[in-house]
Amino acid sequence: MSHDSHNHTHEHAHSHESHELPFWRKYIFSTDHKVIGLQYGITAIFFLLFGFGLMLLMRWQLAFPKQAIPLIGKLFTEDGVLSPELYNQFGAMHGTIMVFLGVVPLAVGAFGNYLLPLQVGAQDMAFPKLNMMSYWVYFIGGVIMLLSFMTPNGAAASGWTSYPPLSVITNPGTDFWEAMLTGQSMWLLGMVFLITSSLLGSVNTIVTAIQLRVKGLSFMRWPVLVWAQVTTAFLLLLAFPPLEAAGILQLMDRVGGTSFFMPSGLVVSGEAWKASGGGNPILWQHLFWFLAHPEVYVLILPAVGIIGEIIAVNTRKPLYGYKTLIYSILFLGFMSFIVWAHHMFMTGMGVTMSTFFQATTMIISVPSVIILTTYLLTLWGASIRYTVAMLFATAFLPMFAIGGLTGLPLGLTASDIHLHDTYYVIGHFHYVVAPGTLFALMAGVYHWYPKITGRFMNDTLGKIHFWLSVISINGIFMPMFFLGMAGVSRRLYDQTVYAHGVAAQPLNVVMSVSAWILALAQLPFLYNMATSWKWGKKAESNNPWGGTTLEWAASSPPPHENFTTPVEVFRAPYEYSSTKKHLPQFVQEA
Amino acid sequence: MEQPQYGFWLPPNISTHGAEIDNLISTLHWFMAVLFIGWGLYLVYCLIRFRERPGHEADVTSAPHFVVPKYIEIGIIVIEACLLIFFSAPIWARVKQDFPKESEALIVKVTAEQFAWTIHYPGRDRKFGQLKNELIDGTNPTGLDRNDPNGVDDIISPNILNIPVNQKVIVQLSAKDVIHSFSLPVMRVKQDAVPGMTIPLWFEATQTGKFEIACAQLCGVGHTQMRGFFNVMTSQEYDTWYNEEEKSLLGDAATATEPSGENK
Repeated sequence: MSHDSHNHTHEHAHSHESHELPFWRKYIFSTDHKVIGLQYGITAIFFLLFGFGLMLLMRWQLAFPKQAIPLIGKLFTEDGVLSPELYNQFGAMHGTIMVFLGVVPLAVGAFGNYLLPLQVGAQDMAFPKLNMMSYWVYFIGGVIMLLSFMTPNGAAASGWTSYPPLSVITNPGTDFWEAMLTGQSMWLLGMVFLITSSLLGSVNTIVTAIQLRVKGLSFMRWPVLVWAQVTTAFLLLLAFPPLEAAGILQLMDRVGGTSFFMPSGLVVSGEAWKASGGGNPILWQHLFWFLAHPEVYVLILPAVGIIGEIIAVNTRKPLYGYKTLIYSILFLGFMSFIVWAHHMFMTGMGVTMSTFFQATTMIISVPSVIILTTYLLTLWGASIRYTVAMLFATAFLPMFAIGGLTGLPLGLTASDIHLHDTYYVIGHFHYVVAPGTLFALMAGVYHWYPKITGRFMNDTLGKIHFWLSVISINGIFMPMFFLGMAGVSRRLYDQTVYAHGVAAQPLNVVMSVSAWILALAQLPFLYNMATSWKWGKKAESNNPWGGTTLEWAASSPPPHENFTTPVEVFRAPYEYSSTKKHLPQFVQEA
Repeated sequence: MEQPQYGFWLPPNISTHGAEIDNLISTLHWFMAVLFIGWGLYLVYCLIRFRERPGHEADVTSAPHFVVPKYIEIGIIVIEACLLIFFSAPIWARVKQDFPKESEALIVKVTAEQFAWTIHYPGRDRKFGQLKNELIDGTNPTGLDRNDPNGVDDIISPNILNIPVNQKVIVQLSAKDVIHSFSLPVMRVKQDAVPGMTIPLWFEATQTGKFEIACAQLCGVGHTQMRGFFNVMTSQEYDTWYNEEEKSLLGDAATATEPSGENK
């Protein structure tokens, strides 16, 4: 390691050299993509735990309706029972926080920021200051979301989808400031910040990946994670602006008395709604889902990329059908723009529209199946090394498959009639995002931890984390399909109001207990992540897993500006030779 | 009328169109199960056979080209296309588009609000009275104008939808305040109620019984409580109920004309 590199694991407070930046420029308002990546990662993990915590409280109410939450219930309400008001707030904020403040910042902000410049051999992102701004705009958005809990009527309570008119008529306020200081208005304002942050990040990703490629790194030599991040960045860039605009329009409906989404003749609690009317609530749904369906692929594509990297390294084989895989990712990205209305089949859609959107939905399943197939075929003839990262990656495959397959009955309109807006939907997308994307992100943490810190995470704790997580997470989401089949609507405070809900209620107890076990299973992970930083086993090599992509050419942790000697790429990303040696992209001789 | 049996799977179906939907759902789940078990067996086999162990190396010399997966992929595409073209789209058209003749059907208005359903029968003249927002109050949730000649014999049934069995029913669905979703799980009926729009839907029940209307779209703090009742009656029972309702309504109107009559 040369003198200008900086080892994060050692004492640094006293021995700064004169040219070094002060602490606050180096670790807080940093322009280094690695520091920003870590900032994103740590903030996102905080929000993931927070959002998960909201759900753990809601799960008590769902399992044992109207019973006081033990120990901590009194913190929230006088009698300790989670009120329907709080339930709706927690539900809306769970979705918002997990998606916009947790998974996307971790997948795109943290993994994209940290790994993408390394994998293309760049010294940093193309626009380091824009990168810093992207993080801080995200941070402000997150703070606004958290502060919204402190407003007099609490946080937003109209679901993460915020459908008007409900979202507009809830706690409307009598003047501008009263209307502004409400959960829903702050949610909209927070979303504007979060979307702005994503836009800044996406521009950076695209320019960095294309312009700062090191010599020899043609597009078809990009690691799959780079392809995934670039496709994701295009989705962010093209799909997010409509919701940014729509968010401002809804904010105007709330605080400015406009009627973009408010129809004429509205009667709320027996009183005529005081606005001109003439708007259309369905318009919001179109704008929202035009963002939020590509958003699903923003959640899943970085995960697909991470899994690809981990499978290639740990099977000691090239990825099967690399080009097919890349074209599938691109096609998936493109198709994700023309399926959005399958979220709206029950809004009164005719045959022409519904046939178009269910056809595109069936078509989008094709590249998804191809991606899964290429990974499965890579396993054939492999020598599979079961690191903790690889365990999570192998679990990802069947979990993602369940998530994808259960999209079929929802994507076909006729079967969707019964399943729409039931727990079946919740089970479906959680299989995609929780044991799908989140498992991939956890795999990524275990896999790149030695690169980021120079030390390994503890293997035993990792395996405990893995097995407890994979079992309990299925205990949460598998029963949801049965609940949905039984016809139980989603977002119910207490399903035992309905006869079919009473019959299916025992499943809720199973889900809640599983959720609490899953929460406990994350303790070894968090402990492992925190303590291994300082006390983990040292990674003697820069390339402990025998990887082939460029990040393994840098020292661990990589110094400022990443590479101390010039790097060059000589071959495709996953060329492993028949002897146990591997052929990294950055090594010239065969 | 006995209580339906509910469990961990599809609730009983009592509609004429529901069997087609149930068949599609079960066909899809068989298809999904075959794919998942196939992939799963292959995955488990690979994970065991190709594990890292002394003396075993990854085979990277031969560049394998698998043909079978291509045919599986084509098979999946063909099956999905068939499910779409021959099942989903036609069923959707029959359920959502091919309405029975209005003359043959019982037509009712269902208006959703936070957090109740108002069911509005047009009466023997088969014409709905006008709804006026300014007439809305605690006793008149949809603002029905009783002075409108068409509205005199209209029957308002709060939260209870009674229909005769084996009778096609057309519901004109709307909402007063926010988006709700009219869901009859046993009928395989679901339709969003959107303020500013009136959306028609139709169904026909094949069995009598006492069931529920559920709200399927988050509509506010009382979303859970937005339960309605859905009773499928024999035509005699229905007529009896209807005549009683009509008698109490028109009897009231008759007494109102008497100077001393004040029994609200």
